[in-house]
Amino acid sequence: MTKKIKNLNLNFGPQHPAAHGVLRLILELDGEVVEKADPHIGLLHRGTEKLIENKTYMQAVPYFDRLDYVAPMNQEHAFALATEKILEIDVPIRAQYIRVIFCEIGRILSHILNVTTQAMDVGALTPTLWGFEEREKLMGFYERVSGSRLHANYFRAGGVHQDLPQGLEEDIAEFCETFPKIINDLESLLTENRIFKQRNVDIGVVTKQDALDYSFSGVMIRGSGVPWDLRKSQPYDCYESLDFKIPVGKNGDCYDRYLCRIEEMKESVSIIKQCLSKMEKGPIKSLDGKISPPPKAEIKQSMEALIHHFKLFTEGYRVPKDEIYTAVEAPKGEFGVYLISDGSSKPYKCKIRAPGFSHLQSMDYLIKGHMLADVPAVLGSLDIVFGEVDR
Amino acid sequence: MKNLIDLEKKINSELTTKINRTEIKHNQIYLETDKDDLIDVVLFIKTNTDTKFRQLIDITVTDYPENNQRFEVVYLFLSHEFNQRLILKYTIAENEIIPSITSIFPAANWMEREVFDMYGVSFKDHPDLRRILTDYGFEGHPLRKDFPLTGHTEVRYSEDQKKVISEPVKLEQNYRNFDYESPWEGTKYIKEKIENNDKKN
Repeated sequence: MTKKIKNLNLNFGPQHPAAHGVLRLILELDGEVVEKADPHIGLLHRGTEKLIENKTYMQAVPYFDRLDYVAPMNQEHAFALATEKILEIDVPIRAQYIRVIFCEIGRILSHILNVTTQAMDVGALTPTLWGFEEREKLMGFYERVSGSRLHANYFRAGGVHQDLPQGLEEDIAEFCETFPKIINDLESLLTENRIFKQRNVDIGVVTKQDALDYSFSGVMIRGSGVPWDLRKSQPYDCYESLDFKIPVGKNGDCYDRYLCRIEEMKESVSIIKQCLSKMEKGPIKSLDGKISPPPKAEIKQSMEALIHHFKLFTEGYRVPKDEIYTAVEAPKGEFGVYLISDGSSKPYKCKIRAPGFSHLQSMDYLIKGHMLADVPAVLGSLDIVFGEVDR
Repeated sequence: MKNLIDLEKKINSELTTKINRTEIKHNQIYLETDKDDLIDVVLFIKTNTDTKFRQLIDITVTDYPENNQRFEVVYLFLSHEFNQRLILKYTIAENEIIPSITSIFPAANWMEREVFDMYGVSFKDHPDLRRILTDYGFEGHPLRKDFPLTGHTEVRYSEDQKKVISEPVKLEQNYRNFDYESPWEGTKYIKEKIENNDKKN
């Protein structure tokens, strides 16, 4: 007598601590081996693109914080750059340094979260506790500069909202001195850890060719040995004048991606240090009164400033008819904005290209033939945040 | 090709009639083609040794409801070798079915599903054309310009039926869309009015 064996369908999520958000992953299992993975996304879909079409350019900025909510300012950067290119305005050098500093802080924020939660997914709790203490400090910097720990709403077309408060530069510099030690501590817990290596080495291997075909970017493509970083290859703001290295992996597995992230954090610290030493006093936003709001003191004195202020916060600035695709190297990969303006003060269309979307799409290809226990490890190394995948 | 002008020449000379218009702006190259030539153009720019646009960045659609050819389908490509970006576009009418490029770029799978979900554009030969971002059983295509911002239905938990139900949207206050568009750039409209009046007199 023969027995029929049916594959088991397993629902992973939508509420699962290792899903890093609301992912419903339907797995087809043969014993413990995954035969097929079908991710169902969209449980966090908020219609960001539709909302942006109905808001002025300035009102659209906060929506970008809510995409990848662990590195908010990196997203704002892409939108700010896109509008600046269409408006053809220059950004003062101090503003460029401030933006780069906060983008690198965002990168560290995101990488700490990813590295430590990935470790938690494969069984290590301590890195999370140590790492989150540092994230707390970084979010403190966010709060001091923008008033909010997460949803900063700080970058503007033409610069940033306001100058750094007194003492912040020194505190960031101090952080840059103490943080490398924390990275070393994390590394001493993980890098040579037997269990961590058993769970990550040779898991979720991506070849160079597949990384290109599946439109991977960021650490996902660098882990597979493609030296591609938009900060180097298509530099924006003041990245050209900074000296930093791009860590590249060899095997394209989860472990290499972990190593890349650790090295990137070290590079980010060095970038922040360089910016702090090069930064000089100066304006922090475009001086064009038709785009940047005037200082409050001036409004009390000048009629023109008052009118500018009123018009900027009701109608907003108008952006000439054009279309553009602008991308930045966000911590998770290439984050792009495809912006179509029609001459009015609201974008006609704003398509957001989120790196996590293409990464998650390859889940089926990555996990096929792996064991069920490898799913959290692979998912963790993809660095998924549902804010940006679902938009 | 090292620079965009050479690339533009190369594409125009190789693809001749398949390309309707080329333009270089913002350091990117914009191409316009037709629905029927899409596969040929995409294959060419991916495989040719002088172009090598081997990464598909995104697919999207722009909706112009006032046009006969309502949708403009947009493909964004990236070439790592030459560090260039290419934007490929063509227009289609509503209900037109367009070819899928999933066989050339596997990454197109979800991107095309998203376009299908958000704009209701169907793809031929797509392996798995389902909705992706919206809820199970959702109706309509949210990113079309004629879809209202507040949507058609809202969901809530019904205490009577002990389940989540969806019902038509009830707004406590109508959606307000203020018109701020007034002539900020000087007093041109007054001048025009005066001039027009002068002409009449």
